This record gives sequence, C-alpha cells and structure tokens, in this order.
Amino acid sequence: MRTLLLAWRYLTYHRALAFILVICLTISMFLPLCVNLMVDYYERDLIERSQATPLLIGARGNRYDLVLKSLYFTAEQPETIAWSEVEMVLDSGRGIPIPLHVRYSAQGQPVAGTSPEYFEFRGLSPKDGTLPLMLGDAVLGAGVARKLSLKVGDYLLTDQASLYDLASVYPLKMKVVGILNDTHTPDDHAVFVDYKTTWVIEGIGHGHTDLAAADRSVILKREEKNVVGNAAVLEYAEITRDNINEFHFHGDWANFPLTSVIVLPESVKSATLVKSQINASKTIQMLVPLEVIEELLGVVFRVKRFFDANFLLVAIATALFMVLVVMLSLRIRQREMETMFRIGCSRMTIFWLQVSELAIILLISAGLAGILSNGVLVFAPDVLRTMSH
Amino acid sequence: MDMIRLDNLHFRYPRDTFSLRIPGLAIEKKEKVAFIGPSGCGKTTLANLIAGIYRPNAGTIMVNDFNVSELSDRRCRDFRISNIGFIFQEFELVEYLNVHENILLPFLVNRSLVLNSRIRNEAATLANSVGLGDKLRRRPGKLSQGERQRLAICRALITRPPIIIADEPTGNLDPANTGLIMQLILEQVEEREATFLMVSHDHSLLVDFDQVVDVHELASGSEP
Repeated sequence: MRTLLLAWRYLTYHRALAFILVICLTISMFLPLCVNLMVDYYERDLIERSQATPLLIGARGNRYDLVLKSLYFTAEQPETIAWSEVEMVLDSGRGIPIPLHVRYSAQGQPVAGTSPEYFEFRGLSPKDGTLPLMLGDAVLGAGVARKLSLKVGDYLLTDQASLYDLASVYPLKMKVVGILNDTHTPDDHAVFVDYKTTWVIEGIGHGHTDLAAADRSVILKREEKNVVGNAAVLEYAEITRDNINEFHFHGDWANFPLTSVIVLPESVKSATLVKSQINASKTIQMLVPLEVIEELLGVVFRVKRFFDANFLLVAIATALFMVLVVMLSLRIRQREMETMFRIGCSRMTIFWLQVSELAIILLISAGLAGILSNGVLVFAPDVLRTMSH
Repeated sequence: MDMIRLDNLHFRYPRDTFSLRIPGLAIEKKEKVAFIGPSGCGKTTLANLIAGIYRPNAGTIMVNDFNVSELSDRRCRDFRISNIGFIFQEFELVEYLNVHENILLPFLVNRSLVLNSRIRNEAATLANSVGLGDKLRRRPGKLSQGERQRLAICRALITRPPIIIADEPTGNLDPANTGLIMQLILEQVEEREATFLMVSHDHSLLVDFDQVVDVHELASGSEP
C-alpha cells in the first residue's frame, strides 16, 4: 500500500508525463479492443439474423446486396423480381413466402413493404397502436420513432425518389398507426408498410378523383369504356378512409416488383425442392442467407487479420516507447533511488515502486480503453446504421 | 564504551585506483566527530562504510555491537534503518512528496517500520520544532534552502537513530543559514543523546566537536 501511495504521488506530481503515457497506452489498447468488440458484435448480429432467415429469393446478381438489403435494409438496391415468384411458392405448397420490397425511404429511413407474416416471423409486436391495417398505414421501428420523434397518429412523407425528374411520383403522406417494440435489430430502424403501399410509392398504384363523375375541366376525352383525364386531375398524396376506394393499380399484378421473398419452408425436403426449382431459373436465385453472410464475414476477417498485424506493430512500438520512458526515468531518478536505498529501502522495494507506477498507468489506460470501447459499442451501431442509410 | 570501532580497514572501489586504509578508529557513544580532509581523501567513503552502504575489502567495522562488515544485505539494511540517520549536502528530498511525507519517508519505504498515528504526530511535532509546522502540506520545491535542510534533518531524526551521519550538511547554505542549521543539528543530537558523525570542509564549524579526524592523515599514516 505504501509503495502504491508513493507511486500515485509520483504520477500525480508528474501529471503531464503520466497523461501522455496514459493517452499512448489507451490509444494502443483502444483500437484493437474496439475493432475486436465491433467485429464480434457485427458477427453476432449478422449471424443471428441470417440464421433466422432460412431462404431468400431474389434476382440473379450481387448476392451480398440482395441479402444485406433484404435482411438489414442497407446496401445497393438489387434488381427486382416479380410478384409471380410469390405465387409460385404459394402454389407449390412447400413453404410460406413473405414478400419484401425495400426500395424507398421516408425521411431518410428505409421503407420496407411486406405482408403481416413478416411481423410474426421476426417476432415484432407493436408497443403502441397496431400493425399496418390498410394501404398507406406505416408502422415504425422503435429507433425510427425515437429518431424522428414520431408517435401514433403522426404522419411521415416518403422521400422523393429523384429530385431531377419532375414527372416522377409525388411523395406519399403515410399515417403512423403503430410503433414496434425495441428488438435491437435492423427492424428498429425501418418503416414498415404493406407491400402494396410501396407500389403506390413507386407509382404503380395511385388514387385520384372519379373521372366518370368529374366535370369537363379535367377531362381530356371520353371514350366508350375509358375516360382520359388531363393534367388538372388531382392525384391523392395521402391515403385516407375517404379516398382509399379511389386507389387502384395499373398493369399485370403478376409483374409487380419486389426486392425479394423470404421463404419459410415446410421441411428440409421442401427447402431443397424449392431451391432447385428456383435456381433452375436464369433470372432469379434462391439463397441461404447464413451461407452468404459467412462468406462475407470471411472477407471481413481477412481484412481484420491485416489490422491485427498493424495493431501488433503499434503495440511493439508502444512497448518500446514505455521501455525508453522507464529507462530515462530510472536514470533521472537515480539519486532519488540511491537516497531511498541509503535510508533503508531495499532494491526490491525500489523495483516494486517502478512496477507500481507502470501498473497504475496500465490499469488507468486499460480502464479508459474499456470504457471507450464499450461506449463505441453502445453508440457505433446506431451511428454506422445512420451513415449507411 | 565504543559506539563505533574500525580495525585495519581496507576499501577499494571496483574498477578504480582509489583505496582507503584506516588502521584504527574508535568513537564513543554520544561523541560528536568531524571527518575533515582534502577533497577525494575518502571522508564520505568512510561515512558510507560505517553506515554499511559500502562493504570493506578487509578489516572490521563494529557499530553499536553490530559487525557491519559481516552482515548480510538484508540485515545490513535493517541495521541502517534502526541505527543510522542520514543528512545529505544536497538534501535529497523527494520532490513529489509533501513536507510531512518526506519526514515519514523512512517509514514509507521500509516495511519493517510501523507507520501509525503516533509516528505521524511525531513527524508533525518534529516539523513544528524546526519551524516547518505550518508547511506540512507543502512540497520541497516551495521551500527555501534553509527550510529544505531542516526538513532533511527531520527525516534523519524521525526513526530516533543512535547515530546521525551528516555529509557536508551546510555545503549548500548561505552563512546565516549555516550557523542556524548547525545549531539545530547539534541541539537535536544532544537532546537525543545520539552519536554524531559529520563530513565537512568547513573548519569554522568544528568548535563544538569532541573529536576531529583528518581522514587524509589517518589514511596516509597506514600507507606501507
């Protein structure tokens, strides 16, 4: 205890020296610790979610983009597939298809169009309000609600898909009907709507005044079966109970786009059969998300090994720096040590005094590095997720 | 009765040509002895030999019934803790400890000494007696030269050693402080009935000493 007191007194007296040493050691400990904690966190996060998602159908192309977009709502927009793929799985009776259309955003947050089965599949339940009940309803992940300060009954607008295309579809005003419980998964950071709502956002579906009953000022021409409106026809930017019946979709439903379809197979055999059936196609593919994520993590770990080698060099440099500081300190404090020896202090006590000083610095540095790393771990996922959107 | 007795002492620094030979020297209890002589004659070396810091190549050193030349390192350290109080020319205070902690330094660096409230109070009383009572929380860097040497004296006295060794204790002081410090040391030595050995160049300080040993003469008398 007395040695520790002396060591503490020395360090508090030489504050600047102690501070520099603590900063050097903290940085050299923090970086590898933080990277390892972050990689572990993401590995766990990615693996857990991909493990929970048995099969995924999407367009042929970049498998990473497809999995990341469908499971984590990040990455580039992959090619779309047609609604008929959902019907094909339904018709086969080999699994439950869950459609996903993740192409647009609302106030910077990804909008995920899906069916009610998704909420059951992911174990999502609303802490306020309900799940989407009708076209235009939105349910917010807990993180989105917090970030945008939205509550049930509020509205949010979808983001303009292209700022330079004046003819593009107007943003859709969506009503918040529910807020989901915190799950600490990417679902906390998404806006969920019915998949048909995403088709409205895309412009495939829309609503406007009944042209058959409209006055002549908005009619371009009337034909036997059709009425063609002019540009003065008012398109609805919001879906309400009053105008929901005016909303309709143009085109063949079977061709309507989806980002992907999650398939919950009935059995292993069903999974194999569906997989072989899908993979025979030249335009679509079926993936096991866990396999794709493990492949992706393999790349991450190869990069991490490079970082680990760098951290080792930093650690060696820091250790040499510490040795230099200790040697200089011993030389500068030679008289002090000699005085202590003369008044009866053993050489071993003098050695322990030096060790105690280093131990205090190491402990403070390790503590700081631990606190900083855990702090990063608490805040970084949100920060990185925000950056990736 | 002899407090210190040296017989046929020979000491030589490793890898150095200097050697010291003392045929014999006896110092009685409570005696005040000054070691004088030209620079490099071995005054400080002799003091360090008596304190057990250096080991002689030959001869015996008996101090307070301890044969210092034959003690193990550990026993020699214990001997030094319980028998010797040091006062140095350069004060050798620990800059990062305050006045109170500097006085208590022998207790802070020796596990064999028990540091309790009685010792803490004694350190404060000692500081008070040399005029440092109101500066207990100050660091040595904030003290004057005279105050620093008074602090060093307190540190030498706190273990109540029977022998006090002072190596040029006034060498770094102005004439006014020199007189005051010498008076303070001699008062404390007499009050504690300690044996006092002082290494000095300054012959004006030797009036109150019982024995003055010219180390150069003593050593050259033994030369073959």
